[in-house]
Amino acid sequence: MTELRFEDVTVRYGNRRSGFTAVDGVHLTVPAGEIVGLVGESGSGKSTLARAAVGLLPLHGGRILLGGKPLRQRTGGTRPVQMVFQDPYASLDPRMTIGASVAETMPRRRAGGTRRIDRRQEVSALLERVGLAPDRAAIYPAQLSGGQRQRVAIARALAAGPEVIVADEITSALDVSVQGTVLNLVRDLQRDLGTSMLFISHNLAAVRYVASSIAVMYLGRIVEHGPTEQVLADPQHPYTRDLLAAVPDARHTLADEEDEPTVRAAHDAEPADPHHPPTGCRYHPRCPVGPLILTGRDVCRTTDPGRQRPHHAACHFPGEPVALPTPAGASLRTHEQGDTAP
Amino acid sequence: MAMNTPAPARTRPAPRRGGGWLAVLRTPVGAAAGLLLGAVLVLAVIAPPLWHDQAATINTGDLLKGASSAHWAGTDNLGRDLFLRVLVATRLSVGLALLAMLVAVVAGLLLGTAAVVVGRRAARLIAAVVDIAVAFPGLLLALFFAVIFGVGTTGAVLAIGCATAPGFARLTQTLVAGVVARDYVAAARIAGVGRIRLLTRHVLPNIAEPLVVNATIGAGSALLSFAALSFLGLGVQGASYDWGRLLGEGLDGIYVHPAAALAPGVAVIVAGLAFNLFGEAVAKRIGLTGTGQPPSRGRAARPGAAPTARTSAEASTDVVLDVRDLTVTVTGPDGPVRPVRGVGFRLLRGEAVGIVGESGSGKSMTVLAVAGLLDERLQVDADRLTFLGTDLLSGSPRDHARLLGSSFAMVFQDPMTSFNPALRVGSQLAEVSRRHGGLNRRDAAARAVDRLRAVRIPAAERRAYQYPHEFSGGMRQRAMIGMGMMGSPALIVADEPTTALDVTVQRQVLRLIDSVRRSAAVATLLISHDVTVVGQVCDRVLVMYAGRIVEELPASELATKARHPYTRALVAAVPDMRSDPHRPLPVIPGRLPDPSELPVGCAFAPRCSLADDRCHRHEPPLETDADGRRVACWQADAEPRRGSDFDSRADVTPPSAHKTDARTHSAADAPAAPTGERP
Amino acid sequence: MTTLSQAPSRTLTRLTGNTWIRFAARRAGRLVLSLWALVTAAFLMIHLIPGDPVRAALGPTAAASLVAARRADLGLDDPLPVQYVHYLRDVLSGDLGTSMTFNLPTSQVIGDRLPATLQLALTAFAVAVVIAVPTGVLMGVLTRGGRARRIELGFTGTSVALGTIPDFLLGVLLVYVFGVSLGWLPVAGHTGPASYVLPVLSLAIGPAAVLARLLRVQMVTVIEADYMRTARAKRLPAAVLYLRHALPNALTATITVGGLLLSAMIAGTVLVENVFAWQGLGDTIVHSILAKDYPLVQGIVLVYGVGVLLVNVMVDVAVALLDPHSTTIREY
Repeated sequence: MTELRFEDVTVRYGNRRSGFTAVDGVHLTVPAGEIVGLVGESGSGKSTLARAAVGLLPLHGGRILLGGKPLRQRTGGTRPVQMVFQDPYASLDPRMTIGASVAETMPRRRAGGTRRIDRRQEVSALLERVGLAPDRAAIYPAQLSGGQRQRVAIARALAAGPEVIVADEITSALDVSVQGTVLNLVRDLQRDLGTSMLFISHNLAAVRYVASSIAVMYLGRIVEHGPTEQVLADPQHPYTRDLLAAVPDARHTLADEEDEPTVRAAHDAEPADPHHPPTGCRYHPRCPVGPLILTGRDVCRTTDPGRQRPHHAACHFPGEPVALPTPAGASLRTHEQGDTAP
Repeated sequence: MAMNTPAPARTRPAPRRGGGWLAVLRTPVGAAAGLLLGAVLVLAVIAPPLWHDQAATINTGDLLKGASSAHWAGTDNLGRDLFLRVLVATRLSVGLALLAMLVAVVAGLLLGTAAVVVGRRAARLIAAVVDIAVAFPGLLLALFFAVIFGVGTTGAVLAIGCATAPGFARLTQTLVAGVVARDYVAAARIAGVGRIRLLTRHVLPNIAEPLVVNATIGAGSALLSFAALSFLGLGVQGASYDWGRLLGEGLDGIYVHPAAALAPGVAVIVAGLAFNLFGEAVAKRIGLTGTGQPPSRGRAARPGAAPTARTSAEASTDVVLDVRDLTVTVTGPDGPVRPVRGVGFRLLRGEAVGIVGESGSGKSMTVLAVAGLLDERLQVDADRLTFLGTDLLSGSPRDHARLLGSSFAMVFQDPMTSFNPALRVGSQLAEVSRRHGGLNRRDAAARAVDRLRAVRIPAAERRAYQYPHEFSGGMRQRAMIGMGMMGSPALIVADEPTTALDVTVQRQVLRLIDSVRRSAAVATLLISHDVTVVGQVCDRVLVMYAGRIVEELPASELATKARHPYTRALVAAVPDMRSDPHRPLPVIPGRLPDPSELPVGCAFAPRCSLADDRCHRHEPPLETDADGRRVACWQADAEPRRGSDFDSRADVTPPSAHKTDARTHSAADAPAAPTGERP
Repeated sequence: MTTLSQAPSRTLTRLTGNTWIRFAARRAGRLVLSLWALVTAAFLMIHLIPGDPVRAALGPTAAASLVAARRADLGLDDPLPVQYVHYLRDVLSGDLGTSMTFNLPTSQVIGDRLPATLQLALTAFAVAVVIAVPTGVLMGVLTRGGRARRIELGFTGTSVALGTIPDFLLGVLLVYVFGVSLGWLPVAGHTGPASYVLPVLSLAIGPAAVLARLLRVQMVTVIEADYMRTARAKRLPAAVLYLRHALPNALTATITVGGLLLSAMIAGTVLVENVFAWQGLGDTIVHSILAKDYPLVQGIVLVYGVGVLLVNVMVDVAVALLDPHSTTIREY
């Protein structure tokens, strides 16, 4: 397994006039043998990044390196980056047996020469690996449940002998009682095979369960990136904190939450339009520690924050808790490191 | 498990394909069309050798005779038997039509699948050319090409082929685009599958069925077009004749000799219908054209005998909704099926109650039945169903329209589809007050703006004049809540209101529902598959499984004091921010049973690790304890075995043990009814 | 709060404004492109004919000098690009050449016959819509959610059969029944109101059946939509439910097909005019093809093509107006 690195990756859709930038200068590394969780709301560009990583979308700028070599130069033969899709009902060809689907991904030629018999054995082994009976290779996807299909999709990705797997929202189309089995499988694969994985999800609880580090994406940019425990325990970017606060928790009723009107206004703000991203910090129209709530923070409106902060947080005022309107900077220093999770 | 015997499926791909074409012959329309088509094709083969000479025999004694027993359709101006001529003309008419269709199919396939094979620029050029050509009616194109290719048989075949090709190319393009957008094609691309193989292995097999169907229908149209060209004198020439030509020659003498025009006309119609009807029947059979019928539901009886309705004796003012023993019945092909079985609950003013369960547990159907919004063909029975003291079981929907319209608010799952795309948001809100509140147009519009403002939609005046597509998902869901507040709501029923939304937006919507409830003491009924969401918003929780309530308990006790194993499993299966990431997630083995195949005893028993003999044989009753909590389980107070009764299975075992374990697991999330397996 | 609310809304207004202008500009651009393609195709038509069109028109016995003179007349001896430029210039100035059989300017021949064809096509379309819309809506409401299976089967069967019978055959049948057997109506010519009945019916019945069937399916689909459940949750009366909430949505999906049917009707006049000896463009084009009067064929093809393109523009505009969210606008 090898490291996958995104360097200043930019992906644009459409033409110059009506197009928009879905992924904007993303730097991200998926280290060898680790699972990196990528979270963000719909429209944040996380699926676009996934499709760019497997070559389904052309890059507008930057490059993607696999083990230090640009990905685009490897054509033909094996595809070292594989993908598992969100909807298991759309990602398997209904006219192909699941065995054929898995076998199709296997490299055509391999050192030693793979004969047909070997392929069949390999398919059986892969199906077994993902928890399906190997004698089911000859059946069609229509006969499988959603959870089982997702296992086949994972087996298909493994068949290519990939260096990295991109998993795009692989649990969100499944019923709650089945999501756990797929998450368990992902963990097992990482533990047993050392699979590197970019695990994309909007569900922080699921990401927390499998990923060793978390990257948070907002409007085409990574706004925070760090080890899972640290990001969850000590989020630096206000958007990360907002996401964390929004994860439903049966032990907290909604009434317990803070109800300060201006902060609430920020929470109720509409998600920004990716076609017209805000100037400066892209999060400022929704930010509870930004110019909307606190006076004197015009820097957020005008200047794009760099990433030279803890967790590479792209924020001018990282680590600051949501506070009542106070003069700018009053609570800055005290809370920078100290604010731990409840 | 049937899954372990894949023999029948292995023999032939996609069991539907062969089945669809053959099964169509078993429907009355399909059988008739198939028979007709077969007859036409047989006639095309055998007629010329049998009767060609007779049909060409000139009989100067019998010029232009009417129909008689000797000449069923009379004779033409050379005394030739017209009936035989019509029969003999079958081969040329059908053959030329098929030939023209072949030209069209080949050209259309080449143009239509080009997008997969050639580069992006070339594909766009082809699409543009097809775009322009497809805008012109086939007959016009046929005339155009007939001029170029010259008047005559070859010219007409080429002309009709070329004229039909753009339409076929467009159809192919659409189908190809649909398949290419699917994830399995993306997966194949990622796997390094080449363009040609992509086309032959993934694209063509998945578009073949509709293409063949449309080619069949197209052959019918080609036959008619050919008849038209020949009729105009632009088709078959010289000594040969087809139906169109016979028709054209016959029309001139229609006053003296109508049969000469009618016989070939009828032949054209019959043959055209045969191709068309057969194609349509197959299309309908394999589900290409929507007929609006739900496939699995049989024809259900309308609500028959009036359900036992009692007038409310104890109409407490605090009870908003009182439901007792609610049952929904569908009349299926194998007898009645009950997706909701004896559900009862009560909602007090300002109270928030949640219903949780897996998809298919009957929770949505329960609330739709309560709201009177279920399809009329589903039968709803209840011992009691009162809303604000009014009995909803007696009387027609019209009688309750005003009460329900102004006091019973509903919020549905998908905000993208729940607003009418053709009407402005404000007018969709205003119509409630116009209809039920007696307001005039202007006052209703003002109230709509006011309500939009109340659900914190910015710039409400302007927003009211916008269409739903100009709203974001969260904003639409807020507007939907605002619509429920147009009257004076006593109850908000929200069916999975946040499932389609991002977490941050989900929080906005849940808070809005919560604040509406608190400010106006509106009772809330929240349906969700997510226990954490329900636990966050509600006072009480009803857990549904296979159409029944299996547990009712305070929301605060959901995580700690649930007594039903299903409730505990449901809570444990959803990872939250507290679950231990170093242990495997507990899973619930198996699947929810289909309402038509319920087990005898407790419906959860097959998936339950605590189940014993009694559970499998007798369904436990829903019993109420001293605190008003309810549970339906024989093992309600049994301790979970070593705390591992819902441990994951396959996933924790070492790979060496996978052989046997994989099987257990496969059985675990297998579909309830493996439909594809049936012979 | 103001920044919050204003920013996205201004964007939206600007977007919608832009979208309409862009729609109009692109649609006009496409029309011009299609017109150019049409004129070019009409020009090429003559040159794609194998052999010498003049020789073909005059017959094998015509004197070589006559052929040569006629070729020179028509400008066929010039290099192809020169002919193309001349043709474009002539078409733009309304000069479509001279008909060989009538010895009149083509534009004059067309001008004489166009009104008859237009009357026929437009009347037939109006009749088809008047029959189809109420029928389709009524059948949709009656057969919603799989109700009234028998009615649905009968209606679908009838409409498929009627839609399959081509207009000219229907014409022949109508002539036989109402003209020959019953003798109620005139079967040929363009004489009075009665003479319209049969040609209009034979043009209108097929498209009406297709349109009604489609509208029924659309109504049934729309009635099952989520927003119809919302409307029912508002406890609206049936008339409001079906006419205000369902019909507009069902119609937008039907308009495109309606447009295709209208263009098909324009072309269908060719056959029906021949059945009923109706002195219009369709009657003329067939005679001119048989007589190899290529300038006239060219001219009539152009006129039919322009008619079809105009119908397409009207359909796109109608869809855009009726359905603000339509993909039609968004594509542009």
